[in-house]
Amino acid sequence: MLTLKNISKTFNPGTVNEKTALSGLNLHLDKGDFVTIIGANGAGKSTLFNAIAGSFLPDTGSITLDGKDVTFQPEFKRAKTIGRLFQDPMRGSAPGMTIEENLALAAGGGGWLSHTSKAEKAAFRDRLALLDMGLEDRMRQPVGLLSGGQRQALTLLMATMVPPKLLLLDEHTAALDPGTAEKVLALTQSIVREGGLTCLMITHNMSSALELGNRTLMMDAGHILLDLKGDQREGLTVEDLLRMFKENVGKALDNDRMLLS
Amino acid sequence: MSLSAIWGLAQTALELGLTCSLTVLALFLSYSMLNVCDLSTDGCFTLGATVGAVVAVAGHPYLSIPAAMGAGMLSGLVTAVLQTRMGIDSLLAGIIVNTGLYSVNIAVMGGSSLLNMNKTDTVFTGLKSLLADTPLAGFQDLIIPLLAVVLVIVFLALFLRTRLGLAIRATGNNPDMVRSSSINPIFTTTVGLCVANAFTGLSGCLLAQGQKSVDINIGSGMVTIALASLLIGQTFMGRGSIAKRASGVVIGSIVFRLVYTIALRLKMPAFMLKLVSSVIVIIAIAGPYFKTQLPLLKRRLAGSGKEDS
Repeated sequence: MLTLKNISKTFNPGTVNEKTALSGLNLHLDKGDFVTIIGANGAGKSTLFNAIAGSFLPDTGSITLDGKDVTFQPEFKRAKTIGRLFQDPMRGSAPGMTIEENLALAAGGGGWLSHTSKAEKAAFRDRLALLDMGLEDRMRQPVGLLSGGQRQALTLLMATMVPPKLLLLDEHTAALDPGTAEKVLALTQSIVREGGLTCLMITHNMSSALELGNRTLMMDAGHILLDLKGDQREGLTVEDLLRMFKENVGKALDNDRMLLS
Repeated sequence: MSLSAIWGLAQTALELGLTCSLTVLALFLSYSMLNVCDLSTDGCFTLGATVGAVVAVAGHPYLSIPAAMGAGMLSGLVTAVLQTRMGIDSLLAGIIVNTGLYSVNIAVMGGSSLLNMNKTDTVFTGLKSLLADTPLAGFQDLIIPLLAVVLVIVFLALFLRTRLGLAIRATGNNPDMVRSSSINPIFTTTVGLCVANAFTGLSGCLLAQGQKSVDINIGSGMVTIALASLLIGQTFMGRGSIAKRASGVVIGSIVFRLVYTIALRLKMPAFMLKLVSSVIVIIAIAGPYFKTQLPLLKRRLAGSGKEDS
């Protein structure tokens, strides 16, 4: 499904600010994998997503998505098959446009000059009703009037409107209040399950990293430290994870932002 | 002052307001929707005027309209390519194109900075002979810009609801979102600027043919005048559907011309037009900013140093 071979990226090479964000990273995902990613700040988690999504060209290595080499493909072309959510709920939707217009943009069917049909609008309504936030009755309102949680839920809907081959979730619930975060996370799970999506999710919540999905990656210093799946991952606790990190790196996990419980 | 004289002045203001509102509609697309401040507007307006005039003088009054719009589109394409493909800042790209267009415009007029159309067949003379002996006789200077404005508003209302139109609006509204989506911002910016500048060209073409002459300075200060009209219009109808907002900026343009006409009657010298438009733009943009600063100012003045009791 997704194969990364020997991906490296150094920012500001040759300067005092030189930073190796990814170093010789290899990763293979099977179709339907739901992978959670944990790691300290600066471990390269978001950089990994940027490389996959095509925000920059890696210094070395190749990326294959669904049997196609996409290493040199520009970001907007890859975005047709990759859905992406960021931590900032304001990033994924246009505040000055209505809910309906945002969804129409995400649905993207038809030619450049096609209008949104009645049938499409009805379909948007049904999809919005799934969120259980009352948004289906506010379709003509600008998205700027929604709360952060509502906007992130809408963004999730937009990103999965046309089921993507790969869904990248970059701490997409971290900026939401606990109740809303739980709701958006539950929604994520059901959308991923129903669509059979392949999904990568960065999280700072170590217990949900172990609960959700079928595989957990721990990153450090630009490469994958631990790749836990199947029996290995079964019954693992947060304490086990911390111990394994210490054994591998030789120092305790920098856990200023980690949620251990 | 007689009633007919007042109507005469109002009609002139209406004609000018409508003709120039095509440029305002262009900025409505590029500035309000795409969030690009297109400073090539002055040069592009003049380009539309010169190209339209030269084509009309050559004996093709009806071809002059698409020719002027095409020239505007080309100018928009150059501005767009500079800022999307060559890493030139969008403001700078506009200024560069504007400067270059000065030479282009004189070249279009065959090396002269003035072109007279007194004896030329234009779309206005065409409609004039068509309307002779009808109740609308003599209203061609009003009907043509009005028709153009209505067509452009209808076009914008339909276009901005298409998938491409939505993508253009999203590009201006949330560039972050567009960057990580399947929309190519280079494409949407290019299309948006091309369409907007086609309207600017049309605006210049109609103004030149309406006043039967072009000079190289016909478009100078146009961007500020259009921006002032746009901001006036947005205070009237800043919300609601695209058609409503677009109509609002047209009204803004007419109001601007009416106010200007009244000011002229009150003995304001004509050369003040550009200063007035600058001041309007400053007030329209700075006003909302000061409004947000007002509570801070109030509390400072009220309690400078004193503690709340």
